[in-house]
Amino acid sequence: MANKVFADPRSALTGLTHDGMTVMSGGFGLCGIPENLIIALRQTGVQGITVISNNAGVDGWGLGLLLETKQIKKMISSYVGENKEFARQYLAGELELEFNPQGTLAERCRAGGAGIAGFYTKTGVGTLVAEGKETKLFNGETYVLETGLIADLAIVKAWKGDKEGNLIYRETARNFNPMMATAGKKCVAEVEILVETGELDPDAIHTPGIFVDRIVKGDFEKRIEQRTVRQRSTTTRENA
Amino acid sequence: MAWSREQLAQRAAKELRDGYYVNLGIGIPTLVANYIPAGMEVTLQSENGMLGMGPFPYEDEVDPDLINAGKQTITALAKTSYFSSADSFAMIRGGHIDLSILGAMEVSERGDLANWMVPGKMVKGMGGAMDLVAGVRKVVVVMEHNSKDGASKLLKTCTLPLTGVGVVDLAITDLGVFAIDKHGAAPMRLIECADGVSVEEIKAKTEAAFVAALG
Repeated sequence: MANKVFADPRSALTGLTHDGMTVMSGGFGLCGIPENLIIALRQTGVQGITVISNNAGVDGWGLGLLLETKQIKKMISSYVGENKEFARQYLAGELELEFNPQGTLAERCRAGGAGIAGFYTKTGVGTLVAEGKETKLFNGETYVLETGLIADLAIVKAWKGDKEGNLIYRETARNFNPMMATAGKKCVAEVEILVETGELDPDAIHTPGIFVDRIVKGDFEKRIEQRTVRQRSTTTRENA
Repeated sequence: MAWSREQLAQRAAKELRDGYYVNLGIGIPTLVANYIPAGMEVTLQSENGMLGMGPFPYEDEVDPDLINAGKQTITALAKTSYFSSADSFAMIRGGHIDLSILGAMEVSERGDLANWMVPGKMVKGMGGAMDLVAGVRKVVVVMEHNSKDGASKLLKTCTLPLTGVGVVDLAITDLGVFAIDKHGAAPMRLIECADGVSVEEIKAKTEAAFVAALG
């Protein structure tokens, strides 16, 4: 059994990067992003990357770090509103952008990883995102053909992992990570807690180790975009 | 008097039903959570991968792994479940969510919706809006009736790039409530006016064709 465990994020990317490559990067906003592997990708200096990620980070963090160094050629995303450098590069024509509806993006990754070349969805029918795409009637309703996505490399973040590459995510930090893990020709996972094989409950594993080529324990900042709190003095209704 | 933001949220909350699974958009729709009637059980879905969204956390409960689709910190409830984005949109696209309440820039009298893009301005993206309007059983939009220069946002045909075609069931504006037959079999109906607002005033401020069907 080949060893999947790497000592640090930089070495975990050794031999997996090349100019013009496509990278899937998990996370929603800054929640559940592979923050250590993004920094390591920046350190490789690899250029002309197409990044598939729901969002584009913020200035100075997450994928914003790769925008700063102009390593990203194109983004495939559903929402990119939190990043001034992104807007600047896009408006200056330095950065290509392909918007996908969020559910379509998730399903494109799921399909790609599952060997499904394309699927029909109602999402986006009659809008800009359906332009130039094949449509088909099913039960009297129009659906648009969307294709599966595969990347040269997927970088994902999980809460716990074992030496086999089995992964468990935590709360809403799961998001795009499980599908992207399946859709990378190579997948590198970073985890908060790395345990011995056998220590995870097999019934609780979200991503089986077959999808994960390399695993590395990271140190995490876990930045928060919108820290929103309530005060104990006020009465707030629980949406129960 | 036109309805305030809070009044719009209160009016939208009247569309909730006991047992509903509901997705609330960013802005005024988020405020709807504050007006869930006492005794009614409504489960809020957040498209980043959570069902059963609780209130905002106290300072000492803040958890960076637990956010809503607006990227705000949030809390869980006893009934909460977490899942991937693919499963989340299986709920949404698959018709398992009862109600979506979201904002709008323009709505047409046939229920077309535009709420994600203004050509010439920096476009942030559609996020999950196109999936929500395509898949959720009932779509309610909350919007201003007129733009700042007075132009009607309820139109015969939307001028902005669309989020969905024939997707809106109910449009709640600061002047009134409009029911739309998204299959196009019946004209748009004005079913309620804001307090002190007349049908004539709404007619004068609306480009879209509608019939008054109050009460």
